[in-house]
Amino acid sequence: MIVDQSKCLHCGGCVGSCPQNAIFLNDCVLEFSNKCNRCGRCVKLCPVAALELEAKS
Amino acid sequence: MKTLTCDILVVGGGPGGSMAAKFCAQGGLDTLMIEKKAEIGAPLRCAEGVSKKWLDEVGIKPDPAWIRANMKGAIIKSPDGTSFQLDESKAGAEVGYVLERHLFDKALARDAVEAGARVMLRTSATDVIRENGKIVGVKAVEMGDPIEIRCKCIVGADGYESQIGRWAGIDTNLKLNDIDSCLQYRMVNAEIAPDYCEFVIGDSVAPGGYLWIFPKGNGTANVGIGIIGTKAKNGAAKKYLDRFIANDKRFAHSQPLEIMGGFVSTCPGLDCAVADNIILVGDAARVIDPITGGGICHACRTGMYAGKVLTECAKTGDFSKKALMPYEKMWRDRMEDKLYRNWYAKERLATLDDDTINKLVELISTADIKEVNVYNLLKVVKEKFPKVVEGFEDLI
Repeated sequence: MIVDQSKCLHCGGCVGSCPQNAIFLNDCVLEFSNKCNRCGRCVKLCPVAALELEAKS
Repeated sequence: MKTLTCDILVVGGGPGGSMAAKFCAQGGLDTLMIEKKAEIGAPLRCAEGVSKKWLDEVGIKPDPAWIRANMKGAIIKSPDGTSFQLDESKAGAEVGYVLERHLFDKALARDAVEAGARVMLRTSATDVIRENGKIVGVKAVEMGDPIEIRCKCIVGADGYESQIGRWAGIDTNLKLNDIDSCLQYRMVNAEIAPDYCEFVIGDSVAPGGYLWIFPKGNGTANVGIGIIGTKAKNGAAKKYLDRFIANDKRFAHSQPLEIMGGFVSTCPGLDCAVADNIILVGDAARVIDPITGGGICHACRTGMYAGKVLTECAKTGDFSKKALMPYEKMWRDRMEDKLYRNWYAKERLATLDDDTINKLVELISTADIKEVNVYNLLKVVKEKFPKVVEGFEDLI
């Protein structure tokens, strides 16, 4: 997951919305665990469009 | 590694956590409340509007120290500009104060401390600890150092993030339609009515949610928006909110001093908010009002119920799910019907187009309603537009 740090407001909305509980907000840092299955829900919901799915490598 | 022990560990220092901590400490329990941020009540994630009625119910005395503005009523607007003004005599139940949350939260936390609770800041729970399958505490990081906190029971008051419950095996996942993505500005120098909370509804304004203007005195207001998850994409909340502010003349000379995001759940509460040695309160238990998005009063109520039930449980030392079930009964008896009714109403509102919403607002603005609240509004709608409430008319 790509987090645009210049946009993220650290609101924790993606954390509570993640069906996999794969996101952790540590103060001003969003951490994505390997439980992330790229469902894209956080990308869709972010109020300021700070998240983007990484292209599959 | 440092290990701390307590009877009750409260994770999260918002209103739900502080109320739970206060009532646990008052019950004589060794209570520790941890907060991952550096300050109780900040940064703000809230529109700060509350009704007045419930404060007495949970034993909170209104204090000018944390009341920023006293509302005379509310204005509901539809997309075509039709507005419906509720005055205090009629809107007593649904409008009230605009708070100063950072002071309100601190006042509740101080109450908890006065009752005997301990507080640790910058302490972030990272997982629950299980021994032989039983939850015995949490792993946490305190000011950068890993610690363990052992307890008899955890109160999950970790807000919308609601991770403690999930680590403990309680399903706090939400459906997309039960999530509202929100954004808010603190605007200054706005030409707004100083004592009316304004709600603007309509698919073209705030799809599946609403836009709010909550005045905080001196031309300052919380101006925010909530958009239903199914209709949110590409930063929709910001786009819709920015467009509204740009097109509303009252904000022509107004500027934002703060921007904040935040989500609310709009489901009718969890299937079950307790498990062995854990109890969830407030936003973590998903007990936010699905229509208004208001969560403070429910957080305070559930926090108080949790504290009372835990005090009883401590007498036998039994914090099993079965022993915690009286909590489940208390919050359901008090608010489940209303949560369901407002959930149905929210689901239906999200399907209505601008034309229908214009008609609805016109209807309620001309109806003779003695006391305006969501229930009475729905009753009027049921009379004139039965189709709108089809499927949940029994709850009205």
